[in-house]
Amino acid sequence: MRLRMPFRRGKTEFPSHLWTQCPNCGEMLFNKQLVRNLSVCTKCEHHFKLGARERIALIVDSDSFTERDATLVSGDPLGFTDSKAYPARIIESQTKTGERDAVITGDASLGGVPITLAVMNFAFMGGSMGGVVGEKITRAAEHALSARRPLIIVSASGGARMQEGTIALMQLAKTVAALTRLGDAGLLFLSVLTDPTTGGVLASFASLGDIILAEPGALIGFSGARVTSETIGEKLPMGFQRAEFLLERGFVDQVVPRAQLRDRLAFFVAACRLPVAELRWGL
Amino acid sequence: MQAVTSDGGVIIDPAALSERRGSPWDAVRLARDQRRPHSIELIGSVFDRFQELHGDRGYRDDPAVVCGIGELEGRAVVIVAQQKGASTDENIERNFGMSYPEGYRKAIRMYRLAERFRLPLITLIDTPGAYPGPEAEERGQGEAIAKSIQVMSVLRTPIIAVVIGEGGSGGALALGVGDVVLMLENAVYSVITPEGCAAILFRSAAEAERAAMAMRPSAPDLLALGIVDGLVPEPAGGAHTDHIVMSASLKRALVAQVERLDRVPLADLLSARYDRFRAMGVWVDPGAGALAERSRPWWRRMLNRARL
Ligand SMILES: [Zn+2]
Repeated sequence: MRLRMPFRRGKTEFPSHLWTQCPNCGEMLFNKQLVRNLSVCTKCEHHFKLGARERIALIVDSDSFTERDATLVSGDPLGFTDSKAYPARIIESQTKTGERDAVITGDASLGGVPITLAVMNFAFMGGSMGGVVGEKITRAAEHALSARRPLIIVSASGGARMQEGTIALMQLAKTVAALTRLGDAGLLFLSVLTDPTTGGVLASFASLGDIILAEPGALIGFSGARVTSETIGEKLPMGFQRAEFLLERGFVDQVVPRAQLRDRLAFFVAACRLPVAELRWGL
Repeated sequence: MQAVTSDGGVIIDPAALSERRGSPWDAVRLARDQRRPHSIELIGSVFDRFQELHGDRGYRDDPAVVCGIGELEGRAVVIVAQQKGASTDENIERNFGMSYPEGYRKAIRMYRLAERFRLPLITLIDTPGAYPGPEAEERGQGEAIAKSIQVMSVLRTPIIAVVIGEGGSGGALALGVGDVVLMLENAVYSVITPEGCAAILFRSAAEAERAAMAMRPSAPDLLALGIVDGLVPEPAGGAHTDHIVMSASLKRALVAQVERLDRVPLADLLSARYDRFRAMGVWVDPGAGALAERSRPWWRRMLNRARL
């Protein structure tokens, strides 16, 4: 098992325009074929990271997605600078990804059922949660509540965005409070954990789904594997903090291969609908 | 709900502090000073007849979290606190204030107890962060913190959270979802330790000082940013110079806040708590202006343009 920082991966996974080497089995995969196979290795079924737009297309009924709050962009509350100023980092990520921040939210239908959806984008600053991600997730939950729709959140994140300091930490409380209201109103929240889901995102909304699904092999943990292994001064066992490990420990409900994700979500959304009377009378 | 007032000597105006501030790194070092009064000592001098309660009823009793019931000027309250040690031995026993999932699950038990008997909940935060070891991961550190935040966010009783030393990341926020969030004047509260931030963004843990400057975790900065509602004054020179004065200052602040929150109807309390955290975060929405423009009737837009 590789023990690298989760957010430095990705980069090496798409080295060429035509071919990609599977980081798990070493197989050279023809890119077109890889895309056709939902970015899953045809030999060993390693699940590559999937972009947020591709993920949305994979999950919802075709052409049913309407984006919400698409124009929100991050502020720079602390005037944060490391090797680069935070606003410059954001612009760099925006140019690289073509997105404004690390989550896309909106309405769609899934198997004909209206849903609200939020999909995180790991390619944007490691999917980190700052003010924009917190606000958009919160708005999605509040919208799902007022429209009485189930909410699906697909997480892919290294955690809270350090460049926004303690304000980023407060996004954990903000999103959790909104999701709790959704649950108290009897509405379904499905949480999908993809590679990687760590830190403040796992320690907030991602862990609170009524049903929690994970993708095979996804890195899921509170502390980065490097920190954890440094804490005890030894290497971690094989498969530690992987989706299958969390399933065994009782922290996710199912590990679902990407090809089955859409049908599985559609099943839960259809099965856990509110009774018609409650929908009509808002009881 | 009535805003936090300066009752009980709490400082609510960041400008009042500007003259006595050190650098953010000084703040971090002061907040971690082993001579500072820690939770058990503060509990002993602030509350009467404190009875500690143990265990999460699932796995074990986590010594990094100290909880129980005590009296604050005759009023029964539930106390949940993180405990660091005053010596190396005590720190090893208390795991340096870093709790395992069972510590947060014990805290959740106490939150529910406070709710059932409508006892005010007082939390004392002092941790570098949740313990990052493999057993903590195995037992669901992320889930335990998330659940703790969730239970607090809708808990039907007043909550006062106080950062007394180091408030480190999600492990601190798990005790930090309060109606009122206070900090001792020299405490810090951050999304990650300066060392952790430095290792990731500055590529070297030795750059912790620069990371602390950039993250602005000190109490006056967080008061100015609206993350915390007020600061509890420390004796000149810092809390470690006079534990008795420090405890008296904290007690005065807590008594005033409990009295104030006791007068707020529960429904108002809960909606104000939601709004408090709902308002946090900074973003710009250039599209919102354009949308508002589009939603105005065409003739009004024409009129405006004509006026220009
Ligand atoms: Zn492969």
